[in-house]
Amino acid sequence: MSNRAFAALALAAAAVLIAASTLVTNDYFFSAAYTVLQFVVLATAWNVLGGYAGYVNFGSAAFFAVGAYSSIFLYKWAHPPLIVMIVVGTLAAALLGLAVGYLTLRLRGVFFAIATLALAVMLFTFVVNWDYVGGARGAYILQPRELPFGLKRYIHVLYGAMVIMAAVALVVARTIETSAIGRGLAAIRDDEMAAECAGVPTLRLKIFAAGVSGGLMGMAGTTFPYYLSYVEPSAAFNLSYAVNSIAMPLIGGMMTWAGPLIGALLLGTVQQLVQVTVSSEWNLLIVGALLVLFVTIAPSGIMGWVGAWKRRKKK
Amino acid sequence: MESATALVLNAVIAGLLLGGFYAAVSVGVSISFGMLDVVNIAHPAFIILGSYAAYIVNDRLGVDPIVASLVLSPLFFLLGMAIYRVYYLCFERRGQESLRGLAFFFGILFITEVALILVFGVDYRLARAAYSETTWRLGPVDFPLRLVVPFLVSVAMVIGIEVFLTRTFFGRAVLAVAQDALALRLMGVDTLRVKERAFALSIATAGVAGAFLIVIQPVQPAIGREYIGLVFAVCVLGGMGSIRGTLAGAFILGLAESFTSTFAGPSWAPAVSFGILLATLAFRPSGLFGR
Repeated sequence: MSNRAFAALALAAAAVLIAASTLVTNDYFFSAAYTVLQFVVLATAWNVLGGYAGYVNFGSAAFFAVGAYSSIFLYKWAHPPLIVMIVVGTLAAALLGLAVGYLTLRLRGVFFAIATLALAVMLFTFVVNWDYVGGARGAYILQPRELPFGLKRYIHVLYGAMVIMAAVALVVARTIETSAIGRGLAAIRDDEMAAECAGVPTLRLKIFAAGVSGGLMGMAGTTFPYYLSYVEPSAAFNLSYAVNSIAMPLIGGMMTWAGPLIGALLLGTVQQLVQVTVSSEWNLLIVGALLVLFVTIAPSGIMGWVGAWKRRKKK
Repeated sequence: MESATALVLNAVIAGLLLGGFYAAVSVGVSISFGMLDVVNIAHPAFIILGSYAAYIVNDRLGVDPIVASLVLSPLFFLLGMAIYRVYYLCFERRGQESLRGLAFFFGILFITEVALILVFGVDYRLARAAYSETTWRLGPVDFPLRLVVPFLVSVAMVIGIEVFLTRTFFGRAVLAVAQDALALRLMGVDTLRVKERAFALSIATAGVAGAFLIVIQPVQPAIGREYIGLVFAVCVLGGMGSIRGTLAGAFILGLAESFTSTFAGPSWAPAVSFGILLATLAFRPSGLFGR
């Protein structure tokens, strides 16, 4: 399938999802779907750097929070429409991503992972001490009164925005994956030295991938303040975003765009169910347990199983 | 101006006492990450586990938490052996340790933390020792014993490990594995056994460090995360796998944090260790004492 066909298909799917949601009257559905789709964006974004290029980012929460806090800043400063917040937050997180991309110049493997974790904590401390956006006390954000397109509740707007963001993230990820950039990143993942010797512009590709990955993660965070109405630093920087955005691609499979999607839908839905029926602590325990289980038993994730099954069918 | 000098002096003493404790927290990572190439990012989780183990014994039996942790350390040793076994079978043998091993320990970190939250809740807990309330005063400088005792035991433990690694046969085997595991295997040494024991030793130190932690400050399951940056900062700053470097790095970080919380406010303190870590990684990845 060509990239253009895939993009059309993804947008059509998004349109169907939005149109179908008008039939749903239960507000909980929107809140749950919003969370699951947010994880689709995060996992897909993480996979661009982590899965395609093999650079593990433990700082997903930092990028997510940059998106969220740039929205809060804009809200306090000028009250712009939601679309402006989304664009600005995405760009801010992408800039941070580019900076992280430069880190890969000196830091490989584990050291890179630890550096991203360090970055998350530093930004967290910075935000806690920044009074304009609420500091440690947190910030209150009021959802706008007037709603576009005759929608009834603001959560419907957020749901629609998140559906579109998920579609955009998937299209971006797949376009990268099937292009020369994706092959270059795969070469970096397999053997960076060999890739460099073969003429792959490794640094440029890594910085690009880190920027795209960071920007998409930030994009997922931009609508977060409106979703919660009250944001405190520990909510935006929650480490569960980091775990989830690593666990979902690992469980789904990291080689293709479909892996993070499947992992996020599966794990996100399970978490929503557990959160409602049991408790939010159990839900993190399940994520951790599934992560450990999958990396020990099924290292290539669900898509790995699918691949093996396809190969067997061919014989 | 006398109060200013007193402030600085107190900050220095507090920083040194804190540094001694940090050395105990990080020495395990120096062994596992620095020498064995096992990126045990879950080390802080085992420290918190040690805190709770010491807390339970202290709470039920009234035993001093640090003594309790020393008695319990063989259990942590066994736990470490078991974890290394799983890690070796699932990742190291298949040559997949980098990404998936990291994710494995990240998952372990979460499971331990959430399991502790489910059992103990998110309340802060503190273990009581006979010396908890006592503070020695030397002129304007305070020596709270709840910091001094962990400091002394911790420095003794770290020096003990250094002596053990450099003077005993097994210790030298660990250093040899760190240098060139393949050469050692060719000479007929069972490197797996050496690594297993060394990793177990690192987890045992985490258990003891946990007892120090719960004597020094109240503990709740989620604070383990704050130590991830710290342990790796100390380890990288000191130079990978150098125990002396770990001690020096721990003192530097302790002083830096104590000065930040004295002069800029405690809310900035977490940024210090991670900031130093980032700067070290960016400018001198081999650390102060690295080869």
